Amino acid sequence: MKKVKADPKGVLTGVHYLDGDFAIAEGALAAGCRFFGGYPITPSTETAERFSARIPKVGGVFIQMEDELGSIAALIGAVWGGVKAMTVTSGPGFSLMQENIGLACMMETPLVIANVQRGGPSTGLPTLAGQQDIMQARWGSHGDYEVIALAPDSPQECFDLTIEAFNLAEIYRVPTFIMTDECVGHMHEKVVIPPAEEIEVVERKWYAGPKEEYLPYKLDKDGIPFMIKAGDGYRFHTTGLTHDERGYPVINAECQDWCVRHLCDKIRKNADKIIRLEEDEIDTAEVVVLSYGITSRVATRAVQKARQEGIKVGTLRLITVWPFPEKRIRELASLVGSFVVPEINYGQIVYEVERCAAGQAKVIHVPHCGGWVHNPDDIYNAIKEAVK
Amino acid sequence: MKAEDRLEERNPIEDLLRMDRIPHIWCPGCGIGTVVTSFAEALKKTQIDLDKVAVVSGIGCTGRVAGYIKLDSFHTTHGRAVPFATGLKLANPELKVIVFSGDGDLAGIGGNHLIHAARRNMDLVVICVNNFNYAMTGGQVAATTPIEANASTAPYGNFEYPFNLPFLMDAAGATYVARWTALHLRRVTMSIMDALQRPGFSFIEVITPCVTLYARRNRLGDGLNLLRYYYDNSEIQHGADTRNLDISYQGKLIVGKFVEKEKPTFLDAMNQHLSRVLGDDYQLYGRINYDRD
Ligand SMILES: Cc1ncc(C[n+]2csc(CCOP(=O)(O)OP(=O)(O)O)c2C)c(N)n1
Ligand code: SF4
Ligand SMILES: [Mg+2]
Repeated sequence: MKKVKADPKGVLTGVHYLDGDFAIAEGALAAGCRFFGGYPITPSTETAERFSARIPKVGGVFIQMEDELGSIAALIGAVWGGVKAMTVTSGPGFSLMQENIGLACMMETPLVIANVQRGGPSTGLPTLAGQQDIMQARWGSHGDYEVIALAPDSPQECFDLTIEAFNLAEIYRVPTFIMTDECVGHMHEKVVIPPAEEIEVVERKWYAGPKEEYLPYKLDKDGIPFMIKAGDGYRFHTTGLTHDERGYPVINAECQDWCVRHLCDKIRKNADKIIRLEEDEIDTAEVVVLSYGITSRVATRAVQKARQEGIKVGTLRLITVWPFPEKRIRELASLVGSFVVPEINYGQIVYEVERCAAGQAKVIHVPHCGGWVHNPDDIYNAIKEAVK
Repeated sequence: MKAEDRLEERNPIEDLLRMDRIPHIWCPGCGIGTVVTSFAEALKKTQIDLDKVAVVSGIGCTGRVAGYIKLDSFHTTHGRAVPFATGLKLANPELKVIVFSGDGDLAGIGGNHLIHAARRNMDLVVICVNNFNYAMTGGQVAATTPIEANASTAPYGNFEYPFNLPFLMDAAGATYVARWTALHLRRVTMSIMDALQRPGFSFIEVITPCVTLYARRNRLGDGLNLLRYYYDNSEIQHGADTRNLDISYQGKLIVGKFVEKEKPTFLDAMNQHLSRVLGDDYQLYGRINYDRD
């Protein structure tokens, strides 16, 4: 993995007052993203607006596509043209992108999609928050594959994690999602953008060996194939069909086994390196509040109140939602009595917690169907119930 | 003996094909291969730098073209070849990007992308193999199936009005529009050469026999019978009013070069506009084809 310092052209060093959507655009520019293809959708549009205003002065392309099917297809094309690319959307657009998210996985195309979630299903609550696309991020396209998804809980983290998303996308050659929500997207807070030389950016894993020997999907020692771009004389082929090392279609179960295992294992086997969690007072906890995104900020109130009453509450915030921290949850399940899982949906990540807890710890879900954040009292009551 | 060892049987465009993937999947008598030959000849005759040519296909019998052409080639998803090509071209403006796909892929499921790429005058060459049906999936009715023609999902004959593709492309803003049949291979080659050598959105429709499905279902005979139909019924009318190019079942086929005009491409328009508005703050992008004013 080759790390370089960020190109100062894209870095707006300084202290700013930005909303999460703008911070995502700034994070992308700092990470070296020079192509944005998107379609307007509330509550994500501000990222596209910011990018369209900034990119002409940085050097790159913004194109408003005809729909989200086009946006994601253009992104994949752009990446194979040699640039870093991103788009931003919300539920309905994320649904439209799913087929080509699968293509990006199959072609092992690094790219970043931010989903500023709103309440669903369907048009749902265009202007109000939700965390209802978390499972869609994991399973939305057909077939078996793995992705990476990060969940920022503040505009600062929108900036930081967008850079991280680009870096992870490049390291593992996988679509990487920033799963934020309307609250964080529209929340204005202080965002500190460091000088370019303090921002580490992962370069694409460019192939540098002899041209004749290049095979687009031959795995390197680290399990990730080298990448090239169109126009460099390789005359290579890539396809959404099940393919061999040459990138040629091979329609049989053996090749499928090789291809799919690789797409999944490159993430599964590196999960420990990818996953980032934030834990607090876990060691002594009898109950752990597990949350992500905006909900972890709301949960803080409930946790404080419970602690004041002497209840031993730990917190675990998923910064990486996918891959899911299976190992850590299994470990904790044998140490703590229960998990309280608030999320702005009617049950998504809680299934993962239940699966990993496997009956060893009680799991209490605190659902919210979207439209607003939890009342902290609902989380507090769940904590009380957990220790009853 | 492998195909590449049989010297005497060498195909003149062999160096442009992935011979390690031959034999191809197309049926004997299918017209797609002949369009590929025209394309390869056009590439050779224009002497374009082949390292800078990329081919993007969607899904379908025609969609398999990307897999056989020995250039940077992308076999994408059904309907999305045009936006994929858009991203590729914009990211790497020195590429000449060719979209090679079927009527269903381009004008059915991908129709929205097609008209928007034409509207933007995106610098792409689109070669549309129109075989009047969704062949890959078994000969279903398409947006191009003539009225009365039979298809597997129009077993009593089609009653939907089909697209007149040159008219659609003209109206959407394409700056080069031609239609030929698989019989007019030299003309197809010339149109592709035109398109390769000009900037902007070029659309070339090639009416092509699908012997196995469309022809058999409609009892139109074999490939030769279809070429005979093209021969007897096509009429070259360069510059014809694109409104008058409807295709009726086994009716007259008006072919020719209908539109050829100049207009800044998407990237030229972007560079011109933004440098005028932003002045020196603007970072010119890609290869610049004009003087900065
Ligand atoms: C999203 C999606 N829907 C449907 C299909 C099935 N499908 C594969 S090829 C095809 C039709 C292709 O028709 P056309 O573009 O005219 O190509 P042809 O086979 O006639 O050359 C369809 C419907 C698919 N691959 N993806
Ligand atoms: S089904 Fe039709 S279009 Fe497809 S390869 Fe056969 S003849 Fe050609
Ligand atoms: Mg067809």
